[in-house]
Amino acid sequence: MVHTNMSKDIRIKKGLNINLVGAAEQTTSKAVSSNVYALNLDDFHGITPKMLVKEGVEVQAGEPIFYNKNIEDMRFVSPVSGEIVEIVRGARRRILTIKILADKEQSYQKGKAIDVDAVDAASIKQALLQSGCWPFVKQRPYAVVANPDATPKSIFISAYTTAPLAADTDYVLRGKEKELQAAVTALSKMTPGQIHVSVGNTETSPFTNINGITIHKVSGPHPAGLVGTQINKLDPINKGEVVWTVAPEDLVIIGEFLLTGKFNAERTIALVGSAVKAPKYYTTKIGAEISTFLYASGVNNENFRLINGDVLTGAKVSPDGHLGFYNNTVTAIPEGDDYEFFGWNKPVFNKISSTRALTFSWLNKKKKYDLDTNTNGEHRAFVVTGKYEEVFPLDIYPLQLLKACMVKDLDEMEQLGMYEVAPEDFALTEFICISKQPHQQIIREGLDLMYQEIG
Amino acid sequence: MGMKEKLHKLKLKYQGKKMAPAFNAIHTFLYSPNETTHSGSHVRAVDDLKRTMNTVIMALVPCLIFGIFNAGYQHYSAINGFPADFSVMEHFITMDNFWIGAITVLPLVIVSYGVGLLIEFIFAVIKGHEVEEGYLVTGMLVPLIVPVDTPLWMLAVAVAFGVVIGKEVFGGTGMNILNPALTIRAFLFFAYPTWMSGDKVWVHGAKSGVTQAGSTDAISGETILGYLAQGNDVGIAAKYDLWDMFFGFIPGSVGETSAFLILLGGLFLIFTKIASWRIMVSAVLGSLAMGLVFNGIVEYELIPSYSKFYGLMEFTFWKHLIVGGLAFGIVYMATDPVTGSQTNKGKWIYGFLIGFISVMIRVFNPGYPEGVFLAILLMNVFAPTIDHYVVQGNVKRRMKRLKNATIFPKPSDGKAEELKVETV
Repeated sequence: MVHTNMSKDIRIKKGLNINLVGAAEQTTSKAVSSNVYALNLDDFHGITPKMLVKEGVEVQAGEPIFYNKNIEDMRFVSPVSGEIVEIVRGARRRILTIKILADKEQSYQKGKAIDVDAVDAASIKQALLQSGCWPFVKQRPYAVVANPDATPKSIFISAYTTAPLAADTDYVLRGKEKELQAAVTALSKMTPGQIHVSVGNTETSPFTNINGITIHKVSGPHPAGLVGTQINKLDPINKGEVVWTVAPEDLVIIGEFLLTGKFNAERTIALVGSAVKAPKYYTTKIGAEISTFLYASGVNNENFRLINGDVLTGAKVSPDGHLGFYNNTVTAIPEGDDYEFFGWNKPVFNKISSTRALTFSWLNKKKKYDLDTNTNGEHRAFVVTGKYEEVFPLDIYPLQLLKACMVKDLDEMEQLGMYEVAPEDFALTEFICISKQPHQQIIREGLDLMYQEIG
Repeated sequence: MGMKEKLHKLKLKYQGKKMAPAFNAIHTFLYSPNETTHSGSHVRAVDDLKRTMNTVIMALVPCLIFGIFNAGYQHYSAINGFPADFSVMEHFITMDNFWIGAITVLPLVIVSYGVGLLIEFIFAVIKGHEVEEGYLVTGMLVPLIVPVDTPLWMLAVAVAFGVVIGKEVFGGTGMNILNPALTIRAFLFFAYPTWMSGDKVWVHGAKSGVTQAGSTDAISGETILGYLAQGNDVGIAAKYDLWDMFFGFIPGSVGETSAFLILLGGLFLIFTKIASWRIMVSAVLGSLAMGLVFNGIVEYELIPSYSKFYGLMEFTFWKHLIVGGLAFGIVYMATDPVTGSQTNKGKWIYGFLIGFISVMIRVFNPGYPEGVFLAILLMNVFAPTIDHYVVQGNVKRRMKRLKNATIFPKPSDGKAEELKVETV
C-alpha cells in the first residue's frame, strides 16, 4: 500500500487534563520474574472461554489455553511456559482467572515467521487468531475484541496519551519500529480503508517513518489521546460499520510474532501514582504479579489503591494481583476512606474541580494534584446540565445518551451515537459528575444490551 | 473519641435501619462521607450537589439580608414618608428596619425550611433514599419571592403542596418538571390571590391597616408595576428615582427588589460556573426585545394613550429589568438546571422566551403585572420539547452521514468477499 497523505490535524478544545503527582521517570528496569502469572477473564469483555487445558498441565509460552466459545479460531495463549496451577471459578462455574506457575527456564511455542508483504489477508487473520494475538485487536461498536468476520472500514491506533500519568507511548515504543511496521502492514491487508495513527509529535514519534499509515497530529487536553475522540473527529462510525482499534504497545507483540513466529508477552509498563516512592518504567510480562515491581519502587502509604491501568479507566487490583492483558500502566494512589469536616462547603485548594465554587483548581492549570479515591460527595440523580459538554469533544450529547442507556431505549441509543462510544469516552464526564453517577458502567451496560439485542 | 469517630459508630449503628437517611443527612452535612470509588474512574472532582446548592445559597444571601432591611424601610417610609436626604447607613441599615425584617422575613425563612425539609426527610425515610439537596435552594428562594406579610400557615400549606406535588411525586430532586419554588409561588397566587397581588400586600402593615403618620389613611403598598398598570407615572416619579429601582429601595416581594444585588449574585453564579450564563444572557435579551417591541408600538402610535396597556407599553424597555421580579427570576429561577433546557442551544431559546414572555405577560395582564413566574413555569413545560428539537439536529446529522457512507462489508463488494475468513 502506498503511503497515503490525507493527514489531518486534530485539535481538541473541550476536555480536561488531570495533572497528578507521581509521573514515571523515564528509566526502565527489568522487573524480577514472577512466580505465578495469571490471565484475568474480566479483561476480555463478552468472551465466553472454553478451556483447552486442565489444571496440572504443562504449557509453553504462546500455547493456547482457552478459546472463544463463539469464534472457535480465536485462541488465548499462555504468556509464559509453566504449569496451569489453578483455574479460579466463580458463581455458576464461570472462569475468573487462570494461573500459571512459571518455569525457571522459559520455552516458547515456536511458529514460523510470516512474510507480511507476501501473504494474503486471510492467512494473516488466521495466524493472528491461532497465535493469541487477535485479542489485541478491538472493535467499535461495542468496545469488545474484534469480530474477525467483519471488515473494518478503517483501523485506528492512538500513539498519543493524554490520560493521567499514562505511560509515554514514544518512550515505550522506542526502537520497536520493525515490529510496528510488520504489524501495521499485516493489519492494512484486512481493511479497504486507512490505518489512522495519531501522534503528539510527527517528528519524533516511532511511527514517523512507518509506511502504509496515515499520521495525524493530535493536540489538546484529555481525551484528545483517546482513540474514540480520534475516530469521532476523523471517520465517525455509522450504523452497520465497524472500526478496529489496536493499542501501539500491543502492535509490538503482534509485530514480533509476525517477524519471529513467537508470542512474546513482554512489555514495558509505567508504574505511577503518588503512592509510589519511585515511579518509573519496568519491563515485565502480561499477567505478572504486580508485587514483582511495585515493591522495587516502594510505596509511600500503606492504605493505597492499586489500579491496573490509569486512574480514569483502570481496574482495581491487589498487590498480589496480576498485570492485565491490555495494561501498560499501573497506578497506585492513596485511598480516600476518611471523612472531611464540612468537606462540602469549605474552600478547596488540593483537589480538582470543574467549577469555581470555592474551589481553586482554575487558578493554576499546571499544578499537580495528589488525588485520593474519595468520591467527594454522594450519588444523586442527574441535576446539573451543560457541564459534561465542556469535557466531551465528541459530536454526541453525553447526558442524553447516558439517560437513553439508563432507560434502555435502544432506538434512542442508536440515534444518539451509541455505536461510536466506549466506556472510556465517558471517564472524564464521570470524573466531573456532580451527581457522582457511574457513567462508564452505564455506557458498558448500554453497549452490552445493544450487543445482545442488535449486535 | 472525637466527634468524627462517634458519628462513624452511629452511622454503622443506623446502617440499614429506617431512620438511616435522616441520620445520614445530618452526618453528611457535618462531614463529607468516607465513601470511595468502586466502579469507573478511581478519582473524582471535588464538586458535589451540596457544594453546588451551597453556592446558589451564597448568591442568595445578600438578597435575603437586603430584603430584611427593606421590609423595615418600606414599612416606615410608608408611614412617615420617604426621607428627603436618603442615606443608606442612616435610613436603611438601622436596628428599627432590621427588627421589622426580623419579625416578618425570618419567620418566612424558618417556615419554608422547616416544612420543606420535614417533608423531604419524611419522604427519604419512607422511600429509603438519601435526603437530597434540592430543597436547600428552594427553601431559600420561597421566602424571597413572596410578599412580606404572607401568613405563615399559608406559606406552610403552599410549601407542602409544592414539595409533594411539584417534586416528590415525580421522584424527588432531579426528576421534577416544574421549578418547585415557583410551584409554591403559583399555588399561593391562585389559592390566595388577595394576599398575593394588589396594592395592599407589598409593604408590612398595609394589609392590617396601619395608617400613615398624622392621617387616618391606611398605608399603601403599591409596586412600581402596579402604578404603571394604572398608568400612574406621576405616582412613581414622586416616590422613586431610577437608582431606587436599581438598588432596590422599592416595595415588592421580599428578595426581588435589588437589581444591583441580583446582578452581583448573577455574576457570582456565572463566575463560579454554577448557573448557565446562556440562560441569563438570552433571557435579558428576550425581555429587552419584547420591551422594544412595546416601545415601538407606542412610538408609532399604534395604540391609543387611553388603552389600559399604554402605561406599561410606554415604560422604557430596559427598565423592565430593574423593577418587579424579572431580574430575580432570570438569575435564580430560570437557571434551575433540572427544569430548564438541558442543551446549550436549547438554553438560548429557553432563556430568550422566558424574557420575552415575562414582559409580554406584564404588559397584557395589568391585574397582576408580574409575568416572570408564569413565563418560567410555562417554559419549564416546553423545555423538553426545545431540547428534543435541538437533539434531533444531532440525530439528523448522524442519519445524513449514514446515507452518504459506504458500508463494509457489502455482499457485492469483491474486496469484502475476498476478506472472509476461511475456517481451517
